[in-house]
Amino acid sequence: MRKTLMLTAALLAFSAGAASAQKTVKIGFVSTFSGPTAAIGDDMRKSFELALDHHGRKLGGLPVEVIYEDDQIKPEVGVQKVQKLIESDKVDFIVGIIWSNVLIAALKPIIDSKTFTVVTNAGASQLSGEMCSPYVFSTAWNNDQTPQAIGLYMNQKGVKTAFLIGPNYAAGKDMLEGVEATFKGQIVGRELTAWPAQVDFQAELSKARNAKPDAIFAFYPGGPGIQFITQYNQSGLKGQIPLYTAFTIDSLSLPRLKDQALGIPGAQEWVRDLPNEANKKYVDDFRARHKTDPSFYGAQTYDAVPLLDSVVKAVNGDLSKKDEMRRAAEKADFKSVRGNFKFGPNHIPIQNFYLQEAVKEGDEFRMKTMATIVENDQDKHFQKCKMPN
Amino acid sequence: MLYLIEQCLNGMQLGMLLFLLAAGLTLIFGIMDLINLAHGSLYMLGAYFAATLVGVTGSFVAGIALGVVATFIAGMVLEVIAIRPLYGRDHLDHVLGTFGLLIFFNDLVRLIWGPAGLTISLPSQMLTAVQVLPGVYYPAFRLVIIIATLAVALLLYVLVMRTRIGMLIRAGASDREMVGALGVNIKLLYTLVFGLGAALAGFAGMMQAPLAFVQIGMGENILILAFVVIIIGGIGSIRGAFIAAVTVGIIDTIGRAFVPDLVRHFLSYSAGSSAGPALSSMLIYTLMALVLIFRPEGLFPASGK
Repeated sequence: MRKTLMLTAALLAFSAGAASAQKTVKIGFVSTFSGPTAAIGDDMRKSFELALDHHGRKLGGLPVEVIYEDDQIKPEVGVQKVQKLIESDKVDFIVGIIWSNVLIAALKPIIDSKTFTVVTNAGASQLSGEMCSPYVFSTAWNNDQTPQAIGLYMNQKGVKTAFLIGPNYAAGKDMLEGVEATFKGQIVGRELTAWPAQVDFQAELSKARNAKPDAIFAFYPGGPGIQFITQYNQSGLKGQIPLYTAFTIDSLSLPRLKDQALGIPGAQEWVRDLPNEANKKYVDDFRARHKTDPSFYGAQTYDAVPLLDSVVKAVNGDLSKKDEMRRAAEKADFKSVRGNFKFGPNHIPIQNFYLQEAVKEGDEFRMKTMATIVENDQDKHFQKCKMPN
Repeated sequence: MLYLIEQCLNGMQLGMLLFLLAAGLTLIFGIMDLINLAHGSLYMLGAYFAATLVGVTGSFVAGIALGVVATFIAGMVLEVIAIRPLYGRDHLDHVLGTFGLLIFFNDLVRLIWGPAGLTISLPSQMLTAVQVLPGVYYPAFRLVIIIATLAVALLLYVLVMRTRIGMLIRAGASDREMVGALGVNIKLLYTLVFGLGAALAGFAGMMQAPLAFVQIGMGENILILAFVVIIIGGIGSIRGAFIAAVTVGIIDTIGRAFVPDLVRHFLSYSAGSSAGPALSSMLIYTLMALVLIFRPEGLFPASGK
């Protein structure tokens, strides 16, 4: 008798679960919430939560349930978490993913299961090219676009020789190749360091000094970026060889770097002071809630919510209509915090890239847009993408 | 040439850090016959203590000094509570027990300080580079590391070779039963040695922290290098640990500086850029393998064993 009762209860619970699953939108959010880059995942989560609040915690009228998973910056962990979200949590959408190597590992289960996915940071060239998929969209960029913009800016500044340094993983290689693609001067050194284990860059900085370049380009996201800038300053190179960066100084590292970050230019597709209404609302409300500026990681993640809202609306909440959802997403019918926003044929945004620098406003250090480096930039891998119609 | 000197200084500085870790490891292994995988946790703990104490006191030097004391005490407490039951047991039990401690400490730190990690900022006069030779600029703080560690090494030498405690430590390493029979409190001696090893590891963590980042698991990668150092130097020998640490530091740094360029001569530019770092990081393990083949006791085996 007791067994039967328990079985009934279990069945009831199960059917209740199944019934409510149809009425909620289930989102699996994958990012890094531990270790030296945990601040990035935290900023993404805060922005995602803020965006959901701005939408009344509903997408296309359906209530939202979010499951956050930590990839620990490891591809093998990331792919497990993605598989768990798809197979056991049966999520409707996957959102997030910071790291290109995690993305490359996770793409196979995502593509095989046709899970509708919005990548909000990782910009592996494979995603823009041969591994593009009808149901995978990016609200970020291709890795090489930002360093390409910096390469252009280095040309403008009359840099003739450059020393490039970055971590030895998928994005690091993409970044250095990005600079090489647009920089017209000579590359006098190219270093890839062990990632994420190596945190002491002194041997490489000595090497850079010895190569006597006009400029150093560096790509170090998250905590290692703070370490790189700190060691660059400690080495006394700051007055001798100017540094150009991509994804190294942002609103997350700035409160720790403070005046160490001043005068070091970087490129970005979004800056907190971009003049449009959606951005103003995002940044003001974020600051009211968390007392700091959001970072571009957060902005890209914020954009995923209005995008998904437009997608769920377009199919009236019937999330089995994947092809209609795809068409809706391709229209990019939402107000992005970076102003104009549209997708290329490979579902990677076509967008502007800005020159940004850290400035001191009162007692606070903040990122500031200095100029537009390139307008409506499209990644150069889209022709390798054979997107089925 | 100046460039080579600069890279040797870099190697020296890495070697100093390795020595601080390896000295404690080799003392504990040589005297107490204990394999301590949680040594890296003490390195991490030292960095967290210092980061907190620098924040509280507002002074870099005071924070470091208090941090060393705190790690010394933490090490002794750890020895009394968790390490004592392991003495005299099989090495496999040591590995299992201390690996458990390593996981415990990672989660303890996550509970106390949170997952995000901390930074230690340097006083501004250490944020610049000084000219050590004409044309050779070197970060001031890295020079501080080299000098401070040399001083610690000297102190350690005096302590072990010239004091009564040191004599007991050496005697304990040679024949612990006899020392015990002579009425020396060997338990207390072990506790002190473990605390000393912990303080050295913690100091290493504090020296690394301003260059890098205070984070969970920061001691694990560098602990592997410290084991390489004590294998090369000879287990139980502080002199061996010092010479091996400097050798490993210089070989690793010089390797990172020159091997990628060398590899690019033979491979394509981009293949060389990827393979170079991998090859250069293999150098010290090759050295360890050679030492194990030709001098399995290490270069400077502790005498009396």
